[in-house]
Amino acid sequence: MKIQNLTKIFPSRNKKNEADVTAVDDFTIELTDSELVGLLGPSGCGKSTVLNLICGLLTPDAGRIFFGGDDVTELPPEDRGIGLVFQNYALYPHLTALQNILFPLQNLKGADKLSKEAMLAKANETAKLVQIDGLLDRKPGELSGGQQQRVAIARALVKTPRVLLLDEPLSNLDARLRLQMREEIRRIQQRTRITTVFVTHDQEEAMSICDTIVVMRDGSIEQAGKPQDVYDSPANLFVAQFLGTPPINVFLGRVSGGVLYAGDDAILTAGGVPDQDVYIGIRPEGFALDGNGPLRCELDRVEVMGRDVSIVSTHGASVNASVRSIVSAESAAVFGEIRFAVRPDKVYLFDRETEKRVPAELSAGGRAGQNVRRM
Amino acid sequence: MKRHNNKAWLYLLPAVLFLGFFVVYPLVDVFIYSFEEGYNSASRMFFGVGAYNYSYILHDPYFLQAVKNTFILVIITVPISTALALLIAAGLNSIKALKKLFQTIYFLPYVTNTLAVGLVFMILFKKTAYSDGMINLVIKIFGGGPVDFIGGPYWAKMFVLCFYTIWVVMPFKVLILTSALASVNPQYYAAARIDGARKLRIFTKITLPMISPMIFYLVITGFIGAFKAYSDAVALFGTDLNVAEMNTIVGYIYDMLYGSSGGYPSYASAAAIVLLAIVLTITCVNSLISRKYVVY
Repeated sequence: MKIQNLTKIFPSRNKKNEADVTAVDDFTIELTDSELVGLLGPSGCGKSTVLNLICGLLTPDAGRIFFGGDDVTELPPEDRGIGLVFQNYALYPHLTALQNILFPLQNLKGADKLSKEAMLAKANETAKLVQIDGLLDRKPGELSGGQQQRVAIARALVKTPRVLLLDEPLSNLDARLRLQMREEIRRIQQRTRITTVFVTHDQEEAMSICDTIVVMRDGSIEQAGKPQDVYDSPANLFVAQFLGTPPINVFLGRVSGGVLYAGDDAILTAGGVPDQDVYIGIRPEGFALDGNGPLRCELDRVEVMGRDVSIVSTHGASVNASVRSIVSAESAAVFGEIRFAVRPDKVYLFDRETEKRVPAELSAGGRAGQNVRRM
Repeated sequence: MKRHNNKAWLYLLPAVLFLGFFVVYPLVDVFIYSFEEGYNSASRMFFGVGAYNYSYILHDPYFLQAVKNTFILVIITVPISTALALLIAAGLNSIKALKKLFQTIYFLPYVTNTLAVGLVFMILFKKTAYSDGMINLVIKIFGGGPVDFIGGPYWAKMFVLCFYTIWVVMPFKVLILTSALASVNPQYYAAARIDGARKLRIFTKITLPMISPMIFYLVITGFIGAFKAYSDAVALFGTDLNVAEMNTIVGYIYDMLYGSSGGYPSYASAAAIVLLAIVLTITCVNSLISRKYVVY
C-alpha cells in the first residue's frame, strides 16, 4: 500500500472568523505487504482522518492512494475491498453476530458471489479465528465489549480485505481486556497476513504490537519506523516526549566546550557538538543512583511499583515539574539530595529552536562530573 | 410484595377516578346500551334485552355500505400513505439544499383545517353546470371525458375520498419518518458502505429495520385513524352520506344518534361496539405480525 502527498482540508464553518483546517498535510508513506502499522499521535493530529481517507469515507483534496498497483483514490468505499473496525464497533444492532459477519459476504456481486453454504462456512471459519464461534446467535446488545470487538473484527475480515483498518479499536475496553485484545489483534493479523493499519493515541499499544509505527502531529508525519528504532532514536523532541511511559524527562541544557550541562550539572561529555543551548531528553530508565553521580536532584517522593521503584525528584533545569526516574527496587530508600549517573545511550539532545535532534557522541567520564558549584 | 399499602391507593385515586368516570364507565355503558332494545335517552326506558340491535344493524344496508366503505378506505390509504411518506421522508433526508423549505411545505396540510381542505378538493374535483373542475380540465387535455367525482359513480367518489385521506394524513407521517431517519446513527451507513452494500440494500437491510418501530407506530395509528374516519367524508360529500353512498362506520353511528334519521342510541351503541371489535382485532393482528418484523 502506498500513500502519496495525501492532503485533506476541512473548510471552516465560519469563513470570517476561522481559517480552514488542514487535517492531513502532505502525508506520504509506503507500507510493505502483511505489515501491522500503527498510526500514532495525540488526539486531533489527523490520524483518524487518514484512516477515513484510506477507506474512502472521505475524499482527499490532493494526493493518491494505491493498494498494490491499483489507484483507488477515486473509488467509493464499497469498491475498495477494505475492512474497517470502528471505534465503537458499529455492529448492526438488529442483526445477530452471525448475520453481522455474513452481511459483507451477502453484498458480493457477480463473479465473487458465494453460495449460501460457502458464505456460512466462511463466516464460521472467521468466527473461529476470532474465537466467537459459540456466540453467533446473539445480538450485539447481548455481547460484552470484548466480544463485540471480536465480532466487529470478524465482520471486517470475512471478505478477506486487501487492507484492514482499525480505528482506536481498544479505547472502549477496560485495561485488562485491552492488553488481551491487543495480543489478539496481533495474533489474528499474523494468521491472516493482511496489511493492517491501526490507529491509536496510546503509544504503548502501538509499540507493543506494530511492525511499524508512524508518529503524527498536526496532520504530518513526524517519524516513521520500527517501534524500537523510533524509541531509541527519536527524530525530534515531540517524538521523544510522545513515546515512552513514564515520559522522557526534558532539561534545559547547553553544550559548552564539549561538556553537556543540565543547569549547573555537567552530566556527560558531548563530542562533535558545537557550543549551543539544547534541550536534554533523558529516558526514565537512563538514570542510576550514584552517590558521586553528576546529576543532583532534590528527592520528592518514591513510588514503589513492585519490580521497580519510581523516584520522583526535582531539578532546577527540568522543563517538567518533576524528574521521574525508574531504578531497580533494591536501590531505593534515600532522602534529601540524591545524585544520579546517567546512561549516555538514553540521553538525547534537541535544538532549542527547531526541536530537532542534535547528533552528538555522548559519554560519561572526562570532564563530566565537574559540576559548577551551586550558589 | 405482600404488604398492602393504602397510601398507594390514595395516591392513585385521582387517576383512577378520572379514568373510571371518563373511560371505563362510558365504555361499559355503551356496551350495555347495545343490548338494550329500543332505549330512549329522554324517557330512559327500553323494551327488552337481547342481540336485536346487532341483528338490525347487520341487516341495515346503510351499515353494510358504511363497513364496506371504511374497509376500502383503510386498505387503500394506510399502505399507500405510509409507503409514500417513507419515500418522501427518505428523499427529504438525502437532500441538503431546501430541505427545510420542503419539510415546511409537506407539513402544511397538517396545520390546515380538514373542512377547508375539503373545500379546496371540492373546487378541484366538483363538476357543476358551469365548470367541470380543475381535475377534469387536466383529464380533458389528455383526451378523457369529464368525470363527476363528487356526485358521480361510486369509484370516482371513493377515489376522491382516498386521495383526500392520504393527502391529509401524510404530513404527520412524513414528519415522524423524517425524524426517525435522521436519528439513525450515520456510522451504520458508513459501516454498511465499507461492507460493500449498495444504496438500495443499505435502505432495506439497515435503514428499514432501524426505523421499524416508528413505521409500526404509524401503521397502527393509521389503521385506527382510518377506521374512525368521518369528517373527511363530510368535508367532501356533505352530511347526507348515506345518500351519497360514502358513509363510514363512525358516520353511521353519528347518523343513528343525531342525524335526520337519528334518535336510536341502541343501534348507535351496537355499531360502536362492532367498530371497537374490528379495531381491536386488527390492532392485535398488527401486533402479532410486528413481532416478526419490528426490531427494537
